[in-house]
Amino acid sequence: MDTVSDVPYIVEATGLTKEFKGFAAVKNVDLRIRRHTIHALIGPNGAGKTTCFNLITKFLEPTRGTIRLNGRDITRTKPADIARLGMVRSFQISATFGHMSVLENVRVALQRPLGTSFHFWKSESSLSALNDRAMQLIADVDLTQYANHMAVELPYGRKRALEIATTLALEPEMLLLDEPTSGMGREDIARTSDLIKRVSENRTVLMVEHNLSVVANLSDRITVLARGEILTEGPYAEVSKNPQVIEAYMGTGHGHG
Amino acid sequence: MTTSHIATSAGQDGYSPVRIIIALAVLAVLLVAPFGVYPVFLMKVMCFALFACAFNLLLGYVGLLSFGHAMFFGGASYICAHAVKVMGFSPELGILAGTAFAAVLGLVAGLLAIRRLGIYFAMVTLALAQMFFFFCLQAPFTGGEDGLQAVPRRPLFGVIDITSDLNLYYVVLAIFIIGFAIIYRTVHSPFGQVLKAIRENEARAVSLGYRVHQYKLMAFVLSAALVGLAGSTKAIVFQLASLTDVAWQMSGEVVLMTLVGGMGTIIGPVVGAAVIVTMQNYLASLGEWVLVIQGVIFVLAVSLFRRGIVGEIVAFIQKRKDAAAN
Repeated sequence: MDTVSDVPYIVEATGLTKEFKGFAAVKNVDLRIRRHTIHALIGPNGAGKTTCFNLITKFLEPTRGTIRLNGRDITRTKPADIARLGMVRSFQISATFGHMSVLENVRVALQRPLGTSFHFWKSESSLSALNDRAMQLIADVDLTQYANHMAVELPYGRKRALEIATTLALEPEMLLLDEPTSGMGREDIARTSDLIKRVSENRTVLMVEHNLSVVANLSDRITVLARGEILTEGPYAEVSKNPQVIEAYMGTGHGHG
Repeated sequence: MTTSHIATSAGQDGYSPVRIIIALAVLAVLLVAPFGVYPVFLMKVMCFALFACAFNLLLGYVGLLSFGHAMFFGGASYICAHAVKVMGFSPELGILAGTAFAAVLGLVAGLLAIRRLGIYFAMVTLALAQMFFFFCLQAPFTGGEDGLQAVPRRPLFGVIDITSDLNLYYVVLAIFIIGFAIIYRTVHSPFGQVLKAIRENEARAVSLGYRVHQYKLMAFVLSAALVGLAGSTKAIVFQLASLTDVAWQMSGEVVLMTLVGGMGTIIGPVVGAAVIVTMQNYLASLGEWVLVIQGVIFVLAVSLFRRGIVGEIVAFIQKRKDAAAN
């Protein structure tokens, strides 16, 4: 890893294309994510943001194009192995393990490196060595009082916080957040933005986000997608004045911001 | 198959005094039971209870509905019966042979089925089980329609006489307890945690770096092997291995037992198996009507108490607790 960590771009996707039965959801997208930045992917509904996400994390196989992570070709890598390379994603709909406690949710992310995850003869209590670390991560996202609650019982905003704690348990260098503030109230949005800002230290974040004030606030760089293609890329001040961007948003009746 | 109605017992892994007392009381009842109830009936219940518990490991804790588990139950039963009757194995080696066969068959079937989801998984397992059924029907060593009859009950380990039903009862009880303990431990192990995570949200488990197919395959093989243990034991108890145990109805029956008792609960399948076997035995005089009654119970279970008998009780107690806490 040390040999490649001086590559300025942690993720480099070139000519990324995904076709579903002849319809191209993503067309020839070149995306470079600079290390230790927050990069936002925006665009109207159906622009191909989530497809891009799924391609980069290998939940979908690209039809054409290549993806590199830290200079290493991951175009044919399996999604579970992507996580092992230090790139972990979240999901649009909050992805927690509903009928497991908050503590267990985080612990299940911590337990893989122990190497006992196939040990069906070992007691669960062998995992309690991980409880301190798990509680620390839970405290980081203000969920200490909920540690023994089932994830399914948490209010929506708290579920998203739990998801971030679970993701951070893997200590990823690269985080992909799919609409981290969608469906949240104002207060939760503020809290989640702070959290993202906080965890982005020493990490790289790529996020799909609809809320433009969150994007304006957090991101160093923005890529605008429309109909599967890149419209423009740059810092918020620049992108937001681009007439094509304004038209793309207005044109589909989505006046966000 | 929806898993949203699963009663969970997370965080209750402790060995509280109440639990130990209950466990000891149950054990005491089981030890004296054959003096009050016909031992062969009890052994039958235990064989099916183990069958259902092992099936539930897959359905309740991984969320995979197999519709072909009869191939492991009946297949192991044939192998055990053949090993003991024709090849002269002692019963413990016969049971081990049957169990090992089920594990290998589980590995092969699992490799073919595990990448499919939902109804497709059920269909692949059903298709494989049907192929296995026809193999058993045609293969010379299974005895065709007659099955393998009069399997001898040789002394266990060469010393313990199991020709009397009472002696055999305690052997079957020991096998049941071992099988049940393995399942309990599996559910409450690091491996069990990953299985639960996969059941709750497979995509998320993948994104955390788990190669979920390997975990599912492992669970499938474990389930198949334990079902094989149950099937082999049944062959010794009834001194018989027949086509009934590999037929698709048997795969359906274990689904019924698990759902009636409560899938995803550790004890539910035992209760479900007891209910169904009791019905079959005591209502046998009604002939074909037993099937109708079973059907009605199934419909009632699915529409009225979806969590199953044990699942509903657990949910009721939980509700009372929550009410008391507020």
